[in-house]
Amino acid sequence: MNRLSKLEQRRRRRNLISAVIRYGILTAVALIMIYPIIWLVGATFKTNNEIFTTVSFIPNRIDFTPYIEGWKTRTQFTFTTFFLNTFKYVIPKILFCLISSTLVAYGFARFQFPLKKFFFSILMATMFLPAVVTRIPLYILWKNLGLLDTYIPLIAPTVFANEPFFVFMLIQFLRSIPTYLDEAATVDGCNSFEILIRILLPALKPAIVSCTIFQFIWSFNDFLGPLIYVTTLSKYPVALALKMSIDQSSGIVEWNQILAMSFLALLPALILFFAAQKYFVEGVTSTGAKG
Amino acid sequence: MKHSKIGLLYILPWLAGMLVLTLYPFVNALVISFTDYNLVREPNFIGFENYVTLFKDADFLSTLTATVKYTIFTVPFQLAFALFIAYILNFKLKGINFYRTAYYIPSLLGGNVAVAVLWRFLFQQEGFINRFIGLFGAAPIPWFSSVNGAMAVIVFLKVWQFGSSMLIFLAALKDVPQELYEAASVDGSTRFYSFFRITIPLITPTIFFNLVMQMVNAFQEFNGPYLVTGRGPLNATYLTSMYIYDNAFKYFNMGYASAASWVLFIIIMAVTAVLFATQNRWVFYSDEGN
Repeated sequence: MNRLSKLEQRRRRRNLISAVIRYGILTAVALIMIYPIIWLVGATFKTNNEIFTTVSFIPNRIDFTPYIEGWKTRTQFTFTTFFLNTFKYVIPKILFCLISSTLVAYGFARFQFPLKKFFFSILMATMFLPAVVTRIPLYILWKNLGLLDTYIPLIAPTVFANEPFFVFMLIQFLRSIPTYLDEAATVDGCNSFEILIRILLPALKPAIVSCTIFQFIWSFNDFLGPLIYVTTLSKYPVALALKMSIDQSSGIVEWNQILAMSFLALLPALILFFAAQKYFVEGVTSTGAKG
Repeated sequence: MKHSKIGLLYILPWLAGMLVLTLYPFVNALVISFTDYNLVREPNFIGFENYVTLFKDADFLSTLTATVKYTIFTVPFQLAFALFIAYILNFKLKGINFYRTAYYIPSLLGGNVAVAVLWRFLFQQEGFINRFIGLFGAAPIPWFSSVNGAMAVIVFLKVWQFGSSMLIFLAALKDVPQELYEAASVDGSTRFYSFFRITIPLITPTIFFNLVMQMVNAFQEFNGPYLVTGRGPLNATYLTSMYIYDNAFKYFNMGYASAASWVLFIIIMAVTAVLFATQNRWVFYSDEGN
């Protein structure tokens, strides 16, 4: 009995030590992970001089001047233009992506048709296809259509469900919805489109929210797309405007202003993330998100 | 499951897009790579000349070396880190949501130019990182002006974004039956032993998936080096995707850039094929798998 309780004691102590180690590692790594972001927030209130002399993220005073001055930019445009420009393609991208991906996923998940297996394996293969190899001919295609320096090259792929990640995520989700509801609706005389709209769409809501969030953040963050296709300053999205601000680094660099605008550029993604955290985790784990 | 050709109608948008926006450009890139097309002149067929020039071009070859280096430095570290943290998070923990969030945020924001701006700022000579290591008495590191320093900066940026791999690992770890660990611990097996003998083999399909995905991504990395370090000292961080971008969209050598993109594509496919070939030596798919 005595020996047993000694063993028990030792086991408890070992568990306690491993718990302390676990929390210690997790907390230390978590701090390292998010400290740059926290520091960024603090730095946006600092003076330029203060940024370069302190390690602490806490600013000496709260001063919104960097935000006000940064928003104006050194160009004739303000960040109002750049944010509006970004939304001009992000919102259509989300809408088209949701519509086309849902239709395509429905086709794959609920119907048998000739060559289905073949098409499905192509869909999966395109998920792994390096985008670098199609970039140049696509640019030539849009150039020949006279659509360079518009947002159409950025939006068009979403009209055609050309991002297999979303289709795959919705297929996975549709497969988990039992088919007896569809069958009952068929008996009631619903056609396949009515089934999708009336029966499946409500059940798909969580997946649709996930798609919206991912599409929003990826489109908002996208840099290479606008870099290739958008050339006029008045059409610049936030990503290009920020890039421009660090390029103009000749003369006195107002780092606090640049950092303030950087934080504003991160804010939409952060807000969305905290508002809909659980959808994220589901989305990433059900499909293996890129990135 | 209905047998109905109407399914074809539903996938029609994807089929059209796949043909016009994926397959056509994919094949067209190969065709263009055998020409001297530069957007202005009519293209002339020049055979393998672009490819021959590429392999004599010291700049191109150095971008390949840099890209391979970048991939070797980022992918294993990112995956090891992601797996390690996921393993710890998989124990029943209080505050798991907080930790999961903290680890995922960098992946979420990583693609944003703002993060590149921040990175550029943090690693400056007088920047936060150098002042931080200075607190421990270390001499400031010339991050952007040394060959290894510049590479380290963009490698850190990528490894920092291990969150999405971690979430995928975490989901896989949750599927490992708890009884297996209990059985092993009754048999006197240590946690360390269980991890390598039970956990790792059971999640090899996920490791494989993450490995292929991250490898394909790393070979095409553009934002990090383009925005943070540029070409770097002695082209240390001049990666192949940047070289392709410069040739295509700065100099408009479409033929030459297409050839470079096909070389990169073939390298990625070759590495993927090698990984798939080694698969049956170390990846275990359970029998009940779907």
